[in-house]
Amino acid sequence: MKRTPLFQVHQAAGARLIEFAGYEMPVQYSGVLEEHRTVRLKAGIFDLSHMGEFLFTGPEALGALQRLLTNDLSKLEVGGAQYSLLCLENGGIVDDVIVFRLAQGYLMVVNAANIAKDLDWIKAHLPEGVHLEDQSEDTALIAVQGPEAARIVQALTSLALDGLYSFEAAEDQVAGKKALIARTGYTGEDGFEIYLGAADAVAVWEALMAVGQPLGLVPVGLGARDTLRLEAGLTLYGHEIDERTTPLEAGLGYFVRFEKGDFLGKEALLKQKAEGVKQKLVAFTVEGRGIPRQGYPLLAPDGSVIGRVTSGSFSPTLERDIGMGYVQTAFAAPGTLIGVDIRGKARPAEVIKGRFVPSRTRRRP
Amino acid sequence: MYPENLKYSKEHEWVMAEAGNRARIGITFFAQKELGDVVFVELPEEGAEVAAGDGFAVVESVKAVSDIYAPVSGRVVEVNQALNDNPERINEDPYGEGWIAVIEMTDAAELDDLLNSDDYAALVAEA
Repeated sequence: MKRTPLFQVHQAAGARLIEFAGYEMPVQYSGVLEEHRTVRLKAGIFDLSHMGEFLFTGPEALGALQRLLTNDLSKLEVGGAQYSLLCLENGGIVDDVIVFRLAQGYLMVVNAANIAKDLDWIKAHLPEGVHLEDQSEDTALIAVQGPEAARIVQALTSLALDGLYSFEAAEDQVAGKKALIARTGYTGEDGFEIYLGAADAVAVWEALMAVGQPLGLVPVGLGARDTLRLEAGLTLYGHEIDERTTPLEAGLGYFVRFEKGDFLGKEALLKQKAEGVKQKLVAFTVEGRGIPRQGYPLLAPDGSVIGRVTSGSFSPTLERDIGMGYVQTAFAAPGTLIGVDIRGKARPAEVIKGRFVPSRTRRRP
Repeated sequence: MYPENLKYSKEHEWVMAEAGNRARIGITFFAQKELGDVVFVELPEEGAEVAAGDGFAVVESVKAVSDIYAPVSGRVVEVNQALNDNPERINEDPYGEGWIAVIEMTDAAELDDLLNSDDYAALVAEA
């Protein structure tokens, strides 16, 4: 099993470690609920060094990425970041990614579990004149998320974070180490994702903990990362999205720009858009108690199966059970009363609009 | 971590024999630690008849759902309703406030099939 540069830091902090995407990763430190609540109230620090980073350079890089990705990169300026999707020709999702435009090229950040698959897919569709460098092994990624995140990171960088908004990034230093500082995250909170050389990870983590601990900063594992993103209504590859689901079904149509020109999956997605999707991803709350888990059937009021759960949890913020899943389109409108089959018992549930907690990211006005 | 006055099942339940053929049941320190934060307990119905080995309650943590098996046969005569509002008591006090139910045993000899504290500690040491 692989380890991130921060492995020993996690061990020393008493983390419980599990295998995730081939890495030995912290799933929790003090406990999922406490870590989750601390991110909502103060701040949390996450090791995301397992994620993949690909750098695209060369004169044809933009053109190649425009063809590989569903979103439109053409208007992205240096220092900008964009959420996007890699799709199969049939519209199924290969991966969801964030692309940064840097001075030297485009940096694509991909899910750890998909690094090898993405590389194969991208290389098979990469024209001449583009250089692709897989920097995953040499790159560490530390996220600081929560209402205190800006104060913590600002204490260690001369970059004026006031001028950096959601989905913007800048190359500067953190704790004296070269870093790409991005105002992005996966929690619904304001926060940063800091890309570093692997050799600098421990020093920067320790510096962030030293300035952050008095402000309430705690290390957060993959367990709370999952419940935080679920409350924020964010999709997770392998749960809400995969090669059998399309961006249109997953409610990610905003990130598919048909007008930009040709791209992989365009034809299939245009057809699906014209015909209308048969299933849609929804978020729902469960009445009473019972946690919907991935794969549990979703039910119409008459008890017939209309879909399946993709993710579910107890929501520490709402203090009730929540989930996401696919339902037949007729049942996807907010307010629709559905059911979820929890180990043989039908529990009432209600489709809600979008997300469980309001977004607190810092949008450019 | 594994009190000597209790009996233990291989499925990580503990049993406290009480007067009147009563068996108080919960999950062990090891079980609650493995599950992590408990957020919901599906309690059995009072009056339900259970056989040793039956799933009779469900403990849900943030990440996992776990069936709780009746370590002895009998009738459920008491359930810990306080867990409805405070499921975290299973984590905080697994052998005390975190008890799940009391079964009135039909055959107290079933207790002899369970593990003692030392044997259970050895079992989880291997896990």
